[in-house]
Amino acid sequence: MSVKQREVARRVYAKELSDSTLSYKEHDDTYAPQFLLTPTGAKCNRLFVVGTLTEKENVGVDSDYWRARIADPTGVFAIYAGQYQQQAITQLSSIEPPAFVAVVGKLNVYQTSDDQTKVSIRPEFINVVDMETRRRWILETAGKTLKRIAEIESASDEAARARDYYKTDKHTYVEMVVKALKALKTE
Amino acid sequence: MDVKELAEQISVRFSEQGVHVPVEEVEQRLTSLVNEFKVPVDEAKRSVLSYFAKRYTKDGVPDVAETVYTRIAEINAEDKWVNLKAKVVQLWEPNALSIAQVGLLGDESGAIKFTSWASANLPILQEGGSYSIRSVVTKSWQGRFSVSLNKATSIAPLDEEIAVGRAETEIQGAIIDVQSGSGLIKRCPECNRVIVKGYCTEHGKVSGVYDLRVKGVLDNGDVVTDVLFNRELTERLTGITLEDAKEMAIEALDHNVVADKIKSLVIGRYYVLRGNKTPRWLLVTDFAKLQTIDEQDIDSILERSEGYL
Repeated sequence: MSVKQREVARRVYAKELSDSTLSYKEHDDTYAPQFLLTPTGAKCNRLFVVGTLTEKENVGVDSDYWRARIADPTGVFAIYAGQYQQQAITQLSSIEPPAFVAVVGKLNVYQTSDDQTKVSIRPEFINVVDMETRRRWILETAGKTLKRIAEIESASDEAARARDYYKTDKHTYVEMVVKALKALKTE
Repeated sequence: MDVKELAEQISVRFSEQGVHVPVEEVEQRLTSLVNEFKVPVDEAKRSVLSYFAKRYTKDGVPDVAETVYTRIAEINAEDKWVNLKAKVVQLWEPNALSIAQVGLLGDESGAIKFTSWASANLPILQEGGSYSIRSVVTKSWQGRFSVSLNKATSIAPLDEEIAVGRAETEIQGAIIDVQSGSGLIKRCPECNRVIVKGYCTEHGKVSGVYDLRVKGVLDNGDVVTDVLFNRELTERLTGITLEDAKEMAIEALDHNVVADKIKSLVIGRYYVLRGNKTPRWLLVTDFAKLQTIDEQDIDSILERSEGYL
């Protein structure tokens, strides 16, 4: 018997995540992990994000249900934490925006009433971090994204699937990386 | 060379792999290929080798002429047949009659537990000896790999001595989780095992000895690694000493406050860690917080990106 491998936390910019609509499971098992494939071919189950917490609000009626927004240089990540993210709720309630935060979480993919696919993060952990950590994340994510773009024509399953589904325009995502890096340079 | 000689040669080659292939069967097949089907001898030999390799070994040995050795650190799946060149690092006391020998095999890449089954009737391995050990099966238990020496295994002493690496690895990434069992813990004074609610699984009720550790998860976006900080390194990582931790726990009437504090200090931060790799853990021996990023690093990626535009 082998222990279930922990899913890797991918690095993806907010813009790319919000462009992502292809979610799937690799097998039918109820407990099989759900993946979201991004346009550059990142196969995400868990995500590690560092950005600026710009808003938070408890939108729950009977119980705690927190909504928060975290910005990176390319866009905004939506965060939703409910009763099963108790740790994140405790943390979120004590952080005042704006603040640099690191979030580890799983993805939640859903359809809105007008049939749009939306992606949000269900946080496992939120922590206040320093500016340097945020800068390093932006740089790291640029490197990872660029590597995926470079390999989008390759024969790997993820690349092929992303290519077929999104008809990925490399240009769009290279520009996104450039934008993030330029923002980093002018800070 | 006549068919009979060739058949013998092939059969011997298989037995070197620890696989018994009757020489008559080999000869029969060779004869049929050469005499009846007019296949050139070389091609007939090749065909017979791959035919019996597929038939008699589990995964098939594509090239029986050459043994491919696996580095211990590269063992990453169970139920695979592998060949090892390894040194017997340690022998342990077998705890069952069905086990002839149990211990640790090492090569320059790492070490792995082995079990030699009594039923396999293999030659006895000497502690400190280096051997070529062919056709062992990989096993996995709770995420740790081991190898099982069985009836099909063949063992030959090596002239060279295998250097066992405690090669240190260096990895970097963000700590994205701190697992339960971190923070302030108690160990059994007899066996050093972590005890739960004052009970050691081996020694029953004992008065534990306090210790401090971090079982973390380091993630670089491509690979996750379980990492273990001992007391000294935990103190350096968190700035919390064992004495501080005890005070925190007493004041809160809850030892979990220590783990919670550690989480808030390390999760989401980037580190470079150095340490010894075991099958499951990186045992951290040294670490540093990652330095401020370099303008040059930004420029080099920016340049690469602009190359695509």
